[in-house]
Amino acid sequence: MSPTVRVKTLTIDGQAVGAREDQTIMQVARENNIFVPALCAIEGLTPVGACRLCIVEVKGVNKLLPACATRIEEGMEVTTNSERVANYRRTILEMLFSEGNHICSVCVSNGHCELQTLAKKLGMTHVRVPYRSTMRRVDASHERFIADPNRCILCTRCVRVCDEIEGAHTWDVMGRGINSRIITDLSQPWGDSDSCTSCGKCVNVCPTGALFEKGKAVSEMSKRQEFLPYLTLMREGKK
Amino acid sequence: MIAEELSKTAAAEREAQAQFEHRINVCVAASCLSSNSDKIKSALETEVKKKGLEKSCQVRGVGCMRLCSRGPLVSTETQGEDETQPASVLYQNVTPEDAPALVESLKGEPVKALECPTDTPFFKSQVTIVLENSGKIDPERIEEYIAVEGYATLLKALTTMTPAEVIAEISRSGLRGRGGAGYSTGLKWTTVAKANGGSRKYVICNADEGDPGAFMDRSVLESDPHRILEGMALAAYAVGASHGYIYVRAEYPLAIKRLRAAIRQAERNGLLGTNISGTTFSFTVELRLGAGAFVCGEETALIASIEGKRGQPRPRPPYPAESGVWGCPTLINNVETFANIVPIIREGGDWFAGIGTAKSKGTKVFALTGQIHNTGLIEVPMGTPLREIVYEIGGGIPGGKAFKAVQTGGPSGGCIPAQHLDSPVDYESLIQLGSFMGSGGMIIMDETSCMVDVATYFMEFCMSESCGKCVPCRVGTAHMYDLLQKITRGEATMADLDLLLEVCDVVKNTSLCGLGMGAPQPIFSTLRYFRDEYLAHIEAKQCPAGVCKIHEGNEEVIA
Repeated sequence: MSPTVRVKTLTIDGQAVGAREDQTIMQVARENNIFVPALCAIEGLTPVGACRLCIVEVKGVNKLLPACATRIEEGMEVTTNSERVANYRRTILEMLFSEGNHICSVCVSNGHCELQTLAKKLGMTHVRVPYRSTMRRVDASHERFIADPNRCILCTRCVRVCDEIEGAHTWDVMGRGINSRIITDLSQPWGDSDSCTSCGKCVNVCPTGALFEKGKAVSEMSKRQEFLPYLTLMREGKK
Repeated sequence: MIAEELSKTAAAEREAQAQFEHRINVCVAASCLSSNSDKIKSALETEVKKKGLEKSCQVRGVGCMRLCSRGPLVSTETQGEDETQPASVLYQNVTPEDAPALVESLKGEPVKALECPTDTPFFKSQVTIVLENSGKIDPERIEEYIAVEGYATLLKALTTMTPAEVIAEISRSGLRGRGGAGYSTGLKWTTVAKANGGSRKYVICNADEGDPGAFMDRSVLESDPHRILEGMALAAYAVGASHGYIYVRAEYPLAIKRLRAAIRQAERNGLLGTNISGTTFSFTVELRLGAGAFVCGEETALIASIEGKRGQPRPRPPYPAESGVWGCPTLINNVETFANIVPIIREGGDWFAGIGTAKSKGTKVFALTGQIHNTGLIEVPMGTPLREIVYEIGGGIPGGKAFKAVQTGGPSGGCIPAQHLDSPVDYESLIQLGSFMGSGGMIIMDETSCMVDVATYFMEFCMSESCGKCVPCRVGTAHMYDLLQKITRGEATMADLDLLLEVCDVVKNTSLCGLGMGAPQPIFSTLRYFRDEYLAHIEAKQCPAGVCKIHEGNEEVIA
């Protein structure tokens, strides 16, 4: 936080709030206990605006803006939960459920899954688009962790935490469009990765059961994400 | 090279050219090259040598002569007695075997069998600004470009105009970005010029042409590469940049080769590099080759790709004008936009603003393809009616078939039906019709095209070219494609059509970049004008154009 940062005021869902000019809409909303759903954004990592669940309406802007990647401006009037946006969010969730093979009842993250929690919270009751049911191979080659791409939503939190926090850059995305998938190193088995430090940060930031610890049975995998804001805080303190 | 040296070089080149009584120009742009125009050129050279005419007849390769469907094209020029325009004859569908006849004809009558009339609307209705040198100069020799006043505009601007005056001239011209969206070029230059760049700013030429059926930028790069370099240098001077990139797709090897040669020649002549023409202005240009991903034409993805990262867009703002390549203020313009810069500075902004319509100035180059007589490159003033392009310049639909639609704007564009053929071609009119100017692809379709099939084709393109970063585009395009396929197979119900529209709505409004936002556009526009065709597939299980294979008894049985 540099000393020259100015403070601005705006309204979010009719509530007048104050914020530093370098904050995003999502940061300010969360500070003020206004819920904005998100799957790719996580405090402590660079926002990428990929999941599109945090889209909000801003008066005077005809596009919907991602709250995670949009800086606040003086006098902005933000609406986080209009009927229109709520409908879009539900359809986007349906797309995510149809893309992978998300079968909660047999998932290690059942009950602790951010995708599942959001679907419940946003009232997604059906998936109207057809399930794609593509076959995806599970990678259980790592001694402590398993990557199950069937549950991956390509939020790239693992990619970013590994690159930005751990500094290993083991994870990345390969392929394009609907064929995109996350890979370790140059698409080698995770267990053969030279760069992986086995720190487990990717597993803990993963919002679903796509990355999990070996030995966990259904519903047993809960993630610990407290380390991330703490690490960020420590870094900022050092500067 | 200073201005005096430049005019000396130009004069020397013109004099050298005047030595030849005859000139034979062979098109060596990609389209004619693909039908062996290089062999024609060497056959002509051999023939000239055989007849001992080396001193009086020059054989040279030139850029695109626009009427690609009649290629390979060859033109001959003979100096008139009274120094007026040389008598010129254009030949079509030339083969290497025609070389002796062509060389023989220089002395007498043109070869009637091969002659291509140039008094047709195809040539007469065109106004060439971007393509003014195309087909007239050898793209591989800087001297020929200098002989047609090349680089004189740059030196004039460097020595007599301030950067602000250059920008003012561009603003006055009303030029809008030719890459698709039509953003005001003057405004874009102003923002980059005003951006606080510290020490570095960049100019990027977007040559990642990727729309299906589009080849305007390729032709410009292959036919007149120095024009782009000069335009970029003028832009760099105006916004205060000292380094430029040309991002060109690796599928354009000829354009890359000619750009490389052009950069080398310009550097050797001191027209690029440090202290250009003895002024304090320095500008270097580097090529960056794209691997052919369509999304890399999106400016933020293009910048990521230049930086060596995965070619994915990022949310804007910040716009590249503020934070572009390597985090520095960056000006990105399309090839055709840069090609318009030199004539605007040379002739003045007001001259340019006098061409075109109230809001769309100048000309636009289109790549005319599909079910039409004259396929090739055309350059017409903005506001030219579609009917004139299709029936006069294009020569109408072959085989006595009926016109059905014209597709503009690539995969983010739309199909315009016959009832709107009298609309003018400009940015606003096309958007009103549910299409889009795009970079200039124009695909003509006749009655044998099925519009659902066309929409499916474009959706397959969007699906395979989606980068996969944001959910609506990554998953939505796949669903849209599947649903369209279901319709073309005759397996869809009206509920599927409703679902398709809902997915379209989400993808259009929630995607991260223009590729996703524009992806549903082919569906919207074909549904708007050809809803009956969709209904025929769904309800009557018939494809009116007979394109889609619908099998009897294909309906899904719900147990």
